[in-house]
Amino acid sequence: MSLTLEQVRRVAHLARIEVSDAEAQSTLGHLNGIFALIEEMQAVDTRGVEPMAHAQDLAQRLREDRVTEVNQRAAFQAVAPEIEGALYLVPKVIE
Amino acid sequence: MIARNLKALAQALADKEISSVELTQLYLDRIARLNPEINAFVTVDAERSLAQARAADQRLAAGKSGGNCGPLTGIPLAQKDIFCAKGWRTTCGSRMLDNFVSPYDATVIAKFDAAGAVNLGKTNMDEFAMGSSNETSYFGAVKNPWDTARVPGGSSGGSAAAVAALLAPAATGTDTGGSIRQPAALCNLTGLKPTYGVVSRYGMIAFASSLDQAGPMARSAEDCALLLNAMAGFDERDSTSLERPLEDYSAQLNAPAGDKPLAGLKIGLPKEFFGEGCSPEVMQLVEAALAEYRKLGAETVAISLPNMKLSVPAYYVIAPAEASSNLSRFDGVRYGYRAPEYADLNDMYSKSRAQGFGAEVKRRILIGAYVLSHGYYDAYYLQAQRIRRLIANDFVAAFKQCDVIMGPTSPSTAFKLGEKAADPVQMYLSDIYTIAVNLAGLPGMSIPCGLANGLPAGLQLIGDYFGEAKLLNVAHRYQQATGWHQQRPAGLE
Repeated sequence: MSLTLEQVRRVAHLARIEVSDAEAQSTLGHLNGIFALIEEMQAVDTRGVEPMAHAQDLAQRLREDRVTEVNQRAAFQAVAPEIEGALYLVPKVIE
Repeated sequence: MIARNLKALAQALADKEISSVELTQLYLDRIARLNPEINAFVTVDAERSLAQARAADQRLAAGKSGGNCGPLTGIPLAQKDIFCAKGWRTTCGSRMLDNFVSPYDATVIAKFDAAGAVNLGKTNMDEFAMGSSNETSYFGAVKNPWDTARVPGGSSGGSAAAVAALLAPAATGTDTGGSIRQPAALCNLTGLKPTYGVVSRYGMIAFASSLDQAGPMARSAEDCALLLNAMAGFDERDSTSLERPLEDYSAQLNAPAGDKPLAGLKIGLPKEFFGEGCSPEVMQLVEAALAEYRKLGAETVAISLPNMKLSVPAYYVIAPAEASSNLSRFDGVRYGYRAPEYADLNDMYSKSRAQGFGAEVKRRILIGAYVLSHGYYDAYYLQAQRIRRLIANDFVAAFKQCDVIMGPTSPSTAFKLGEKAADPVQMYLSDIYTIAVNLAGLPGMSIPCGLANGLPAGLQLIGDYFGEAKLLNVAHRYQQATGWHQQRPAGLE
């Protein structure tokens, strides 16, 4: 299998990463090399094998439904690029 | 003083031979002198470190009158810059987090603080732990103290170089596909990746959540045991943390006594680790280590991990898939890098991520986004998860025949800076012997087993689930009988 430049651009768009034409071209070469490695998997017959998502096949733990975190808004907002009051500022999305 | 092991340092502190402030200052001075060349530390904050050392000295002074002083009180430790530490810049080796000062502590950091240890600084690493040479760091490559023209390994390359260059007595690392074991091998350290779920991942910046695990990097198995005692334990803040009784990892180091301390131990040697692919000089040292183990009473048995060769392909689907999801949080909105100019919200995301991430991180995000995308999910992600099961099953079968598995940690000694940087696939193959352990979630170690042309090689020890104490015991017995772990690079005085 071999990716096309168009697929690289599309997946970069899905991942919200801007790529220049030159970058897309060099990325294409690298990704095709990596996918050639990954393709080795395809020859293996895995019918009937249960997919393993996780090293420990445990059910998710539940906790008591009570407030355990304290409000640290000021500390968390101190590292934000742009804020106003309690809000994080981003470019206008609704005209 | 700076070359002593943790137990000896603790003794020197208890005996008032040196104070924690003085000890911390010794390392800080050495960092100031040698770090410009080695580049092991990204952030050093002498005032913060010394404040912790002063507090430790007070605890030590009070300790005599019945205070609470554990074996790490006053010991300076280097922390991989993947662990959030309150008030410390925490970059994960990325421009994305160049300006990020963490508002909270990772559980590992909080545990070391509670144990009285001193945070000596944050160590360099491959960006978001994605790399095997430490060359993907935004803050520049780390140099291997054994040969500064060579890589220290990665992704915990800064931690490895710091300990190897005596800039710190020990350090933390994290291991997603070999990132503790491979740099430990390349820098002559003892490194341990615990069973998945033994050490909390809370506050440890996520790469591939089902594989990431933190562990110690030090000069001996004995030191690793002390560090793991402080790091391990259930944490309700990590949904995959395991609820199990605490262990004393130091207690079994010397068991059992006798001149054949490993009598009855069955060491499995997978034929897949001993075929082609490993350099002859590394293989020779691994064979010599196995001969030493036989002298100590162990028996070696031939085993097979038939799906081993599929671990690299499966890993490079699973890890990027998880990474693409984890790294979607870096959007330039709540913290981290935001591009200076953009047209609209989507453009802000795309430019912030394009400028904030380096080339390798972007590649992995793109692979992940692709294999998870509509129409490809079954062929890649699901197939990789099925192969993951086959690999884990191979280990389950193998541990019916042996107590511990051994082989090389890395197929070669440290390679030259730049040698593999242009070819991702060659770089990925540096981890052929370590990745399967993460996929299965097993504990693994690397211990020094000799020098080839003046460069260290590592012996990998793989244990069954929760076999950390066993691995440390098996490593410690070897280190009592040999001196490879005490070898140090020349020319860094």
